[in-house]
This record gives sequence, structure tokens and C-alpha cells, in this order.
Amino acid sequence: MREQLPIVIILGPLLGAVLAAFTGWFRPKLSHPLVVVGLAISFAAALKLVFIVAAVGAQEYWLGGWGTKPGHGVVGIQITVDHLNTLLLAAVSGIALLTALYTKRLVDTELAGRQRYFYALFSLLVTGLLGITITGDIFNLYVFMEIAALSSYALIAYGRGRAYMAAFNYLIMGTMGACLYLLGVGFVFAKTGTLNIDDVSAIVPALGQSQALFVGFVLILLGAWAKMAFFPFHGWLPNAYAHAPTASAALLAPLATKVAVYTMLRVMVTVYSIDYINHSPGIQSAVLYLSSIAIVVASFFSLTQTNLKKLASYIVLSEIGYMVGGAWLANKPGLTGAMVHVVADAAMTSALFMAIGCIVYRLGQAQLDDLKGVFFKMPVTMAAFVVTMAALIGVPPTCGFFSKWYLIQGAAQAGVWHFVVALLLSSLVKAIILFRIIEIGYNRVPHPAIEGNPAIPRNEAPLSMLIPTVAMALGLIALGLGTSTLVNTIITKALPAALTP
Amino acid sequence: MDTIHSFTPVWIILTSAVAALLIALLGRWPNLRESCIFVAAAIKLGLLLSLAPAVLDGKLYEFEVMELLPNVGLAFKVDALGLLFALVSVSLWIPTTIFSIGFLRPLKRHAQTRFFFFFTIAISSAVGVAFSANLLTLFIFYEALSLSTYPLVTHHQDDDAIKGGRKYLTYLLGTSIAFALPAMIIVYQQTGNLDFANGGVFASGTSTALLAVLLVMFLFGFAKAGLMPFHAWLPGAMVAPAPVSALLHAVAVVKVGVFSIIRVLTGIFGVDLLANTPSLSTIVCVLAGITLIVASLIALTQDNLKSRLAYSTIGQLSYIILGVGLATKIGVAGAALHIPMHAFGKITLFLCAGAIYQACGAKRISEIHGLGRKFPLTMTAFFIGSLCVIGLPPTGGFVSKWYLLNGSLDSAQQWAFAVFLTSSLLNAAYFLPIVYKAFFAAPTDAARLDKAKEPPLLTIVPLFITSAGCVLLFFFSDKLFQFANTFAEMYTAQ
Repeated sequence: MREQLPIVIILGPLLGAVLAAFTGWFRPKLSHPLVVVGLAISFAAALKLVFIVAAVGAQEYWLGGWGTKPGHGVVGIQITVDHLNTLLLAAVSGIALLTALYTKRLVDTELAGRQRYFYALFSLLVTGLLGITITGDIFNLYVFMEIAALSSYALIAYGRGRAYMAAFNYLIMGTMGACLYLLGVGFVFAKTGTLNIDDVSAIVPALGQSQALFVGFVLILLGAWAKMAFFPFHGWLPNAYAHAPTASAALLAPLATKVAVYTMLRVMVTVYSIDYINHSPGIQSAVLYLSSIAIVVASFFSLTQTNLKKLASYIVLSEIGYMVGGAWLANKPGLTGAMVHVVADAAMTSALFMAIGCIVYRLGQAQLDDLKGVFFKMPVTMAAFVVTMAALIGVPPTCGFFSKWYLIQGAAQAGVWHFVVALLLSSLVKAIILFRIIEIGYNRVPHPAIEGNPAIPRNEAPLSMLIPTVAMALGLIALGLGTSTLVNTIITKALPAALTP
Repeated sequence: MDTIHSFTPVWIILTSAVAALLIALLGRWPNLRESCIFVAAAIKLGLLLSLAPAVLDGKLYEFEVMELLPNVGLAFKVDALGLLFALVSVSLWIPTTIFSIGFLRPLKRHAQTRFFFFFTIAISSAVGVAFSANLLTLFIFYEALSLSTYPLVTHHQDDDAIKGGRKYLTYLLGTSIAFALPAMIIVYQQTGNLDFANGGVFASGTSTALLAVLLVMFLFGFAKAGLMPFHAWLPGAMVAPAPVSALLHAVAVVKVGVFSIIRVLTGIFGVDLLANTPSLSTIVCVLAGITLIVASLIALTQDNLKSRLAYSTIGQLSYIILGVGLATKIGVAGAALHIPMHAFGKITLFLCAGAIYQACGAKRISEIHGLGRKFPLTMTAFFIGSLCVIGLPPTGGFVSKWYLLNGSLDSAQQWAFAVFLTSSLLNAAYFLPIVYKAFFAAPTDAARLDKAKEPPLLTIVPLFITSAGCVLLFFFSDKLFQFANTFAEMYTAQ
């Protein structure tokens, strides 16, 4: 059974998607439980693999047995669970599972009458994301990238009005990104004659300073950046997430961009190498500047937003800058920070969008001015929201504090002070946002406990939404306290050998 | 150095956290709710006292809960300074709670449960800071204290309170994130260690320029200590209810700021490093010296009683920082001793201000002329508190200032002697006229005085306790000096 576990991660949501689409045709009520079961199986397998990888190391699986025989490696597809992706696999499948449970009520009201194929697309998107993360083959990665992208266009276009335009923008940008990535893969294949990541990484150092490989590297990076909405390819994201149905945004925002960041990390660390990056210092410093700009610009845009969903989308954008910058510091604490932050940010963004979803469910909208008194209406949701924002600010002992710690340490070690300043500035901006929301939601109404003031009836989100939200927010603290364990047992081993003497 | 592995420090922090939970649950029954606080305070005080003998013997209680980063954990360590600070905070918590009950209930304040809940969390955080074994743990509790006191500052929830709260957070969170956090990470990156230890963490030969930059970042990063120009949050925080100003903004919060700075100066930089690098010591002393004099001068101009007290606090905090900056054993001991001495004096003054406000609604000094004849006991307590802050016998403030003056003569910064004396004169100049006018001047607003009614007993009793404390500290100052001296010896010995 153990050797089959990697493929189970993919098969759970894939079969869930197929069955959900099938039952959606004649019995739509069945699709939600089917998808939940598929995701639960996937999450269980991913969780089990985290322990296996931590204990014995990477697990490989060759699809159809191709590649296990000599000469088959070129066509066979390998999937790998190693120290770099195992945590993300567990995070993606776990968050997807919680989100599936969480979105049931949202979908029933927000998409009433149209929810027939929602969960099939939902599960297909998760399949794509998990596939990108687990595959050991750069072309297969492209295939999963398209599966994820196509289902996410549809999920965004489920919204009304401007959602179509936003989905179209995203489609243009996403397709360009995928094309660039595919072109890059072409260059790599032309030069190395293989698509298997392990084989490529064995061949690349021998080729030395090849122009073609370099072009391939840059194209792949540009593709990944377009997919993750890294500055200056970020224009599509805020509209797409703000106008998408809340249920779609709750799944897309935490996972889609993080998986794209993982793609970049995989290419940087495994396909090419840290040496390769250190030998191209021009790009390195340019990317670091871009990261700082991404963080600062997105932070300031988030400050000017009046809509909670838009605001959260800009927060997602600034967090992208954290991870890209951390990775390109290309030293031990920087890469550690980027890897921790991929998981931490997935959890933080998920909790953020869940809390916002609860607010939207009860208030019907998410303009900041509508939040007056929301702390009295939905105290539990808002407690989760405050914890989540604290994590995004980087208040200890939440997970956001520790990833930021590693990132700043890496920047200090590399002497990249503009990145330190950008990180701190972004924390301060988020603190301002949090306390502005507290002021509006708590202090701008006459306190109901004072005699003579109007009472504010409690109107908490339904339990099926509240429980996942609170669980996620508590998870942020647990993840923070567990950071050192995760770093010691898994993330340190994912770092390139050159950095861990 | 002997260390004792013990879970007691964690219990001490947890007692008030558990109490906070009970307070939240028992909100409907005020008597039960508040008796929780007294029980927790008594248990806490008992546990703290049980640690005292071994700590005074030069032993340390240690406990590491878990590792957070390589070589740095969530860890606690009880030494003489930490224990002294915790004892002061917790023992003053009891009279303040009595006062709070007397202050909040008759005025039918809203959200009393919330008030007591966050108050208790704040005490837990302050004790957490006192017991932190390394800078990261300290930072965690420092931030917890900033966040848990925000609802207390904005308690009234009117425009002034919101404005004050905004300023409060901007200064405290802003400086800690912008200065203290990066400074801490740079220290960790340079040394891989954040433990407080005699001699500091820096290897010899670390560039003085880097040290100076880090030093300034730490001094301004812990803005709770009120070093100028990052002091404006404290007068702004005076919008909070009187008990909050009394315990938190005269004792727990501001002392956490100076306590953090003492820890950084003695445990991260090391007193020897400061003594051997005159430029570093000068930076500390000059920044503190300027704050000391300027804050006292501003205090002279304030007519609002609580603002005057706030500026006085800013000045007195810099006494402590200046004392450590002198980098002599007596200076460090004097600084440590000034924590309890100033705490008792200042809390008395703030409680008096609260009692006066409750009796006649007066907030301004010009409104309380002649009040002493109507409320002689309250104004006598005010007088004793002033003596303690000015540093005159027979109050505890005299003892700590004595050691601080001695320390300045021992050090390379002898000009500090003149600064201390000048400031003490200024202290007298801004406190004694209040007392004088309260007793001897003609009332400015006789009608208001006539209407004034005796404040409830629950607000008067705490005044007696703390003002009696000011006097007792003078006669039993040797006990406290043992704590201060044990700490100073541990961190200045080679």
C-alpha cells in the first residue's frame, strides 16, 4: 500500500471530479459528498506521506510502471513526494477538504440553481494543483497546470457581471504564462533530451553556460510569475478574486498562487540549481528589487481598498513578493523562509478568505463601511479574522511570524536591506488595516451594552462555515508553534546540499 | 551559576491566564468574577515569594517550553530582576483591582467583563516579559501586552479614546516592528543566540558602528520605555480609565519597556561592553538624559493632571535607562531599585487622580485648588506619592535616587549627576505646587467642591495601601536592595 500512496493523492480528487460531474447530471445532491470523500482520501494519503518522507525520505512512483525499465525514462512519467513538496501536498489537500466542507452553504445560496457542476470543477482544480505539486516531469507539470487553469477560469466565471471580464483577463494572462512555460520546457528538452526532473538536474551542470538552457530558465520563470501574479504580471488577480463567487475565491486564493510559487522553487532548486542562480547575479538582484516593489506596491494598494475581498486580494499579492524574494535570496534562511511561507501563507490566506466568506454570507457584501458593528454580530468569526490578520502581520507565535523571521534573517545575511524594509513596511500596513477594521467594526457603533443604545442582535455564520474558519485560524497558531519541528525534520532536508554544510 | 529546572515560572504566568478565562465565563456574576482575580493574585504572589529565597541566593529557575528557532526557544528564566519586577506588578495588581471595582461599579461602566479580562491578560504578559529567558520570548510577550492593552485604552469607545488608541498602537506596534524586530533578527544572524547572559552575546571585535546602530534600534524599538521622540503614546493613552493608567501606564506597560531595555543592555550587549566602549554608553546616557530633562520641563506646563503625571513618568523611566547606561554596578542596582520605588509612588498619584475625578469630576490641576481641605486623606496620599517620585525621605524614591547618584559618580559619565539633581528639582517644581494649592489656595470653583461627595471606600483604601507602601519601602529598602544587588552582581561580575 505504501508505494501506491503518491498516486492516491491525485486519484482521490480526480475520481471525485469525474463522479461528481456524472452525478451532477441526474442527482446533483450527491456531488458534494463524493468530492468530500475524494479529498479526504487524498488528504489522508498526503498526511501519511509527510510522516513517511520525514522518517525514510523521498517516495517515487512511476505511472504504469513505465520508466522502471532501462530506456523507458524518456516517456514514463514519474511522480515524487520528497521533502520539498510533501508539506505543500498535505496543505493543498487539507485546505481543499476544509474549504469543500466550508463552501457548501455558500454555494447553495450564492450559486442557487447553478451549483450542479461546481463541485466537479472544484475537485478538478484541486487535482490540477496537486498534480503540479507532485509530478516529477516538467511536461506533465504543464498538463496539470492547464487542468488547474481551465477549471479555475470556469470557477471564476461562475460569478456574475464583472466576473466574466475578470475571468477573461485571467484567461489571457494565464494562457500566456502557460505558453511561456511550455516554450521554456521545449528549450530544456532540446538541450537535455529528457523531461524527467531528476534526469534534467543531473544533466544541466554538465552543459555549463548554455545559452539555450538560460533562455529556457528565464521562460519557465516568466511563465510561473504570470501564473502567480508576481509584479508586474499581477493585474489580473485582484479583479479575478474579488468578482469570483466567494466559494471559488476561498479555494483559489490560498492555493493557486502558492502552487505557482512552488513551481518556481522546484525549477530553481531541483531542475536548475542554486549554483546556477548564484552565477547569474544580474537576474538575482533584479528579481529581489521586483519582489520589494511587489510587496510595497501591493501593500499600499491594499491600504486604499474599500472592499474587503479586493483588500484581501492585494494582501495575497504582497505575500507573493515575500516568497519570490525569499527564494531568490538563495541562501539558507531565505529559502527556508520561502518554503515555510508557502505553507504558512496557504493557511493564512485560506483562513482570511474563509472569515471574509462568513461575513459576506451574513452581511451580503464586504464593503468596509458595511462592517459597522460586525464584532457584535459575529464575534467568533471576527475573533478568527483578528487571529488571521495577526498572523499576516507577523505577530508571534503565529506561523506568519516565523516565516517572516527566516526571510528577514536571509535578507540580512545577504545584505539586501531594501527587502527587509519592504517586509517590515508590509507588516505595518497590515497592522493599520487590522486596526482600521477593528475601529469600524467595534468602535464606530454605540456600544450595545450601555443602557439606551440599540441592541445589536447576534447573527453568527452557520456552524458548517464557522467550524472550518475557526479550525483554520487555530491552525495558524499550531503551525507557528510547530515551525521549528517542520524546519528541522523536513524543510532543512529540502534545501540544496550546497547550502547545508 | 546554579540553575533549578522548574515548571513554577510557567504556573505563575498561567494562573492569571486561567483567571482571565474564568473572568470571561463568569461575566454574569460580578462578585464571583472579581473574586477570581483576588484568588489568582494571591496564588501568584505566593508562588513568586516561594521563588525568592533561592533567587536571592544567586540561583536561577529555568524552564524551556519548546524550541521555536534553532538554538532559541520559548524559554523562561527567573532571576532577581525578573522576580523583583513580577513581584511589584502582581502586588500592585491587588490594590488596583480593589480600586477598579470601586471605580467602575458606581459609574455603571459598560463592558466590565471585557475590562477585567484584558487587564488580567495584560498582567500575564507583563510577568511573561519578566520571566523571559531570551529576546524572542520577551518580544512575544511584549507584543501580547501591546495588543491586550489596546481594548483597555479605547475602553470609553468615544472619539478621544479611538484617537488615543490609534496613537497607542501606531507608536508601540510601529516601533517594535520597525526597529526592535529587525535589530533582534540581525543579532540572531550575527551570533545565532538570543539568550540573556552576563557578558552579552556579541563576539569581541564586533564593529562598534554595527553595535551602535543596533543599540539605537533597541532603545527606540521598545517604545514602551517612552524615550523621546517616541513618547507621545503615553500622554495619549491617558484617555483610558483611571485604574488602567494607574497600573498599566505607571507600572506594568511602561516598566516592561524599560525592563526590556535593561535586558538588552545587560544581557545582549553586556555591561562590560558598555563600560569598555564609551561611545555606546554615551549614546544611552545622552538619549536618556535629554528625555529626562525635556519630559520634566514639559510636565511643568501641563494643566491636565493625568498628562502631567504621564510626562513625569516619561522622565522617571529615563532615570532607569540612564542608570543602566552608566554601566557601573551601583548604577545598575539603582536602576533596578527605581522600578519598584517609582511604581509605588506613581501608582499612588494615579489612583489619587482617579479618586479626585470620581469625587468631583475634576481633570485639571487648576480645578482642584482647595480640594485638600475637603479630602485631606486623598491629598495626603498624593503628597506622599509626590515625595516618592521626587526622591525625598522618608519614601522609597529617596533610596533608589541615592544609588543612582552614587552610580553616576562612579562612572565615566559624571555629568549624569547634574542631570539627576536638576531633574529632581524639576520634579519638586511640578508636584509640590499641586499639593500646596490643594491645601492652602482658595478654591477656584467653590460650587463644584461643595457638590463633591466622598469617593467610595473601595477607591480610598487602595490609596492608603500604596502610599503606606511608599513609606515602608524606605524603611525596608534593604530587602529590595538585595534583589537589585543580586542582579547587578550577576551581570557586572567578570
